[in-house]
Amino acid sequence: MSNAAGEEVHDVRLHVNGSVHEVQVPARRLLSDALRHDCGLTGTHVGCEHGVCGACTVLVGGRPMRSCLMLAVSAVDAEITTVEGLTEADGSPEGRLSPVQQAFSDCHGLQCGFCTPGFLTTITAGLRDNPDPSEDEAREMIAGNLCRCTGYQNIVKSVLRAAALRDGRGATSSGTENLEDA
Amino acid sequence: MTTKLFGTKVARVEDQRFLRGQGRYVDDLLHDDPRLLHSAVLRSPHAHARITDIDVSDVLDLDGVLAVWTYDDLTGPMAEPLPLLIPHPTLTHGRTQYALAKDEVNYVGEAIAFVVAVDRYVAEDAVSRIRVDYDYLEPVVGIDAARAAQRLVHDDVPGNVGARMEQENGDARAAIADAPHTLTLDLDIERSACTPMEGRGTVARWDPDTSRLTVWSSTQTSTGVRGCVAAKLGLDLARVDVITPDVGGGFGVKINHPWPEELLVPLAAMTLGRPVKFTEDRREHFISSAHERAQQHHVEVGFDDDGRLLGLNVEFWHDHGAYTPYGLIVPIITSTQLLGPYKPLNYRVVFESLYTNTVMVTPYRGAGRPQGCFVMERTMDAIAAYLGKDRTEVRSTNFIQPDEFPYEHGLVFQDGRELTYDSGDYPASLAKLKELVGWDEFEQFRAEMAAQGRRVGIGLACYVEGTGVGPYEGAHVHIETSGKVKVATGLTTQGQGHQTAFAQIVADTLGVRFEDVEITTGDTRKMPYAVGTFASRAAVMSGSAIHLASLRAKEKALRIAAEALEADESDLEIVDGVVSVRGTDASPGTRIDLGTVAVLSNPLRYAFDEASKAATQFSVGDPGRPPVAEDDEPGLEGKDFYSPQRSTFANGMHAVIVETDPDTAEITILKYAVVHDCGHLINPMIVEGQIHGGVAQGVGGALYERMVYDESGQLLNASFMDFLMPYVTEVPTTIDIDHLETPSPLNPLGIKGAGEAGVIPSAAVFAAAIEDAEGFPITAMPISPSELYALRLAHADDPAEAAEAATTTAG
Repeated sequence: MSNAAGEEVHDVRLHVNGSVHEVQVPARRLLSDALRHDCGLTGTHVGCEHGVCGACTVLVGGRPMRSCLMLAVSAVDAEITTVEGLTEADGSPEGRLSPVQQAFSDCHGLQCGFCTPGFLTTITAGLRDNPDPSEDEAREMIAGNLCRCTGYQNIVKSVLRAAALRDGRGATSSGTENLEDA
Repeated sequence: MTTKLFGTKVARVEDQRFLRGQGRYVDDLLHDDPRLLHSAVLRSPHAHARITDIDVSDVLDLDGVLAVWTYDDLTGPMAEPLPLLIPHPTLTHGRTQYALAKDEVNYVGEAIAFVVAVDRYVAEDAVSRIRVDYDYLEPVVGIDAARAAQRLVHDDVPGNVGARMEQENGDARAAIADAPHTLTLDLDIERSACTPMEGRGTVARWDPDTSRLTVWSSTQTSTGVRGCVAAKLGLDLARVDVITPDVGGGFGVKINHPWPEELLVPLAAMTLGRPVKFTEDRREHFISSAHERAQQHHVEVGFDDDGRLLGLNVEFWHDHGAYTPYGLIVPIITSTQLLGPYKPLNYRVVFESLYTNTVMVTPYRGAGRPQGCFVMERTMDAIAAYLGKDRTEVRSTNFIQPDEFPYEHGLVFQDGRELTYDSGDYPASLAKLKELVGWDEFEQFRAEMAAQGRRVGIGLACYVEGTGVGPYEGAHVHIETSGKVKVATGLTTQGQGHQTAFAQIVADTLGVRFEDVEITTGDTRKMPYAVGTFASRAAVMSGSAIHLASLRAKEKALRIAAEALEADESDLEIVDGVVSVRGTDASPGTRIDLGTVAVLSNPLRYAFDEASKAATQFSVGDPGRPPVAEDDEPGLEGKDFYSPQRSTFANGMHAVIVETDPDTAEITILKYAVVHDCGHLINPMIVEGQIHGGVAQGVGGALYERMVYDESGQLLNASFMDFLMPYVTEVPTTIDIDHLETPSPLNPLGIKGAGEAGVIPSAAVFAAAIEDAEGFPITAMPISPSELYALRLAHADDPAEAAEAATTTAG
């Protein structure tokens, strides 16, 4: 089987955010491109394509992985979570922001939003492993992701606030006036 | 105006879509359109070469490839050089590249061929099969080589000098000759770049049914791109729409236009009849977009016993790379904004803007100001060291005083207008900064640290930033019959939270609920008259325009409501979208909501819903008069433009305390303090975010980031592995910020720009602090631990110089 460019393609079943995507991709297709262009999940962003910036980070089997350093064919049968899969069901079509997402809104943890999906997935996994990080640990948690807008100040605050929201410390409603609480 | 939201930390409305992965950046567009084609560019691997042959014969028979363009395939305006956007009269030898190289390449990365294929992978395969024959030419790399001019970048540009510009206020050389004390300094700043997380990108779709071209571009100026695309493709402007979707950061680089791909993508879309996309990859961004910063300065300064600047004479050399599409904006800004908050009695500045065989130079956040600030602040520190005075004292001596505004420098600024500062309070800012950083307590801290064998230093740097540069921005405010308010302004957004800050202004000015306001930026269909987002101008320019347009809409709403309520306009107020007679209760006949006013503003023939029934000719209007008065128009709208006479000048001061490791020369930030005055703050949360980001970029520029070219013009660190952009581990753990709010008299909201401020004093403030810690002069930035270590060795070799430096920097 080949595609319009005459390349051999492979049937790949990707499990993303609880849904199954059957895609036909050449062996060289990056997971990041498959997610964005074959699955239509454009929330995962590509900032460098060499695994340094972390914008494309998704959770594969719950672990943060650089989707630009994985081939789509190698992700067969893995459970993948992208930024689109972070929201929590609350009966509404769009869902409720997860604690990590909500914390970014509360603390102004994002500006242009391009690197944000990689931070959100990374921190989601990080807080699962360490639910109550110190400030140093919060910094360590995000130390592999690049952001050019925020200077990281409010991202560190977002990590701490997300930890508080996860265990019910701090109101779940939004409001930047809560910024100092973080 | 009832101020409710202006000045408060309103959470950003744009965050909802970004946090859910629902943002729409240019590479996200049309992803589900099976007709979408992708492109890739063959770029020069050589810094300087003549092209003798291009062979594309191996490309077209490749499955999945639809077309390839080289220069020979371009016709008409597309075959002409790209525009020289800012043709300053002093730029005597301006040169721009072609969309695809014609005969010669002048930097590694210059576009040579453009391939369109079914996907990017195949397009890149095709690019690798194009064969180009070159005659190699020796490249000119770096300012020294450009000045030496043993080789030329462009044969017809003698001495590699694109422009030489001189400005003088008074007679600086005579003043220096007569001054009691003089110093000379040679100072150096290297190249860096904006490096937004999203690179450049363009998508174009030609619609044969309507004969319209739609271009989406990750640009800082959609109207600029529109004008260029129409001119280059020979289309009527009215057939071209340019939309800037969500943009993943700009920091200046995306203001340059048109990039070759911004023209080639629409050309391909029209030629092939299918939508086409170009998405720049990270290496391409390093080698084919733009850099900034590289300058060498020679300073002569004469001063009196108090450190008062009697004469300042600055010569500098600016590396503008291979081409000059953005004119002389960066060096002109350096030459004028170098003055900062000071008033030298005599000032002369002369610069040469030089060609090199490297990536071209266009503004990067700060746009020449970081270099100017570095030069002026190094000079201030040198004077203080020479006189044995406290560094803050020498600065205070030279400050423009609060009662001296407007202050005329007797120079011409980047916009061709007089360099006249509108307002500021520099002594108050300095007092706040000293307090914030603990300036007066530092010697005690230094002693405590020294007792532990630790070495620390403190530095400060002051800047003034011309913001809100013209010529204008506009806004259109439309109150719909639902009561929702749709607002369009033409400049673009790259993460500054315009949808929030501008909505705050509308909500306050108009008297509507924040949630009912929706802001659109960067869409030429909604606002075709605009300039762009650069020079910290969006809040000042579009913010003011939106305020003025909201006032017009409000004026009309009150007029119609007064008629409907049979009340006097002056008795009406608008609160939460309801017009009512001030001081009355909620009884019927004393209030009308804006949606109903909108209905009344538009006399209808046809009723399409309940609201519109109320506006048919049978329901409204005086039968004795035309339904729309002669001097009126239908609809509840307001449109206005803001065009200031000149820029408004924000200012600020930074201080940093660093520790330098006695063994490894590692530089650690212990404290970073910022005092910032951008007039009235619309949203302090957003302004602080801008400062945080600017400071982080400044830390990168001062301590980590540089573009490393080898002698053959290869950029050796064109990746995030090698170009050291700060992670969280490199930035200060906290940034202490204090604000002054000295309003600008030049716009109705009293605001000044804030976007670039954080990055401007970084090189200066770190150089000062490291010098203070080490005891020898720091004259070149950025500085790495190994460079600091080398300086230590050099000064250890020369004990006399080391001792002298140690004493002169003791202040």
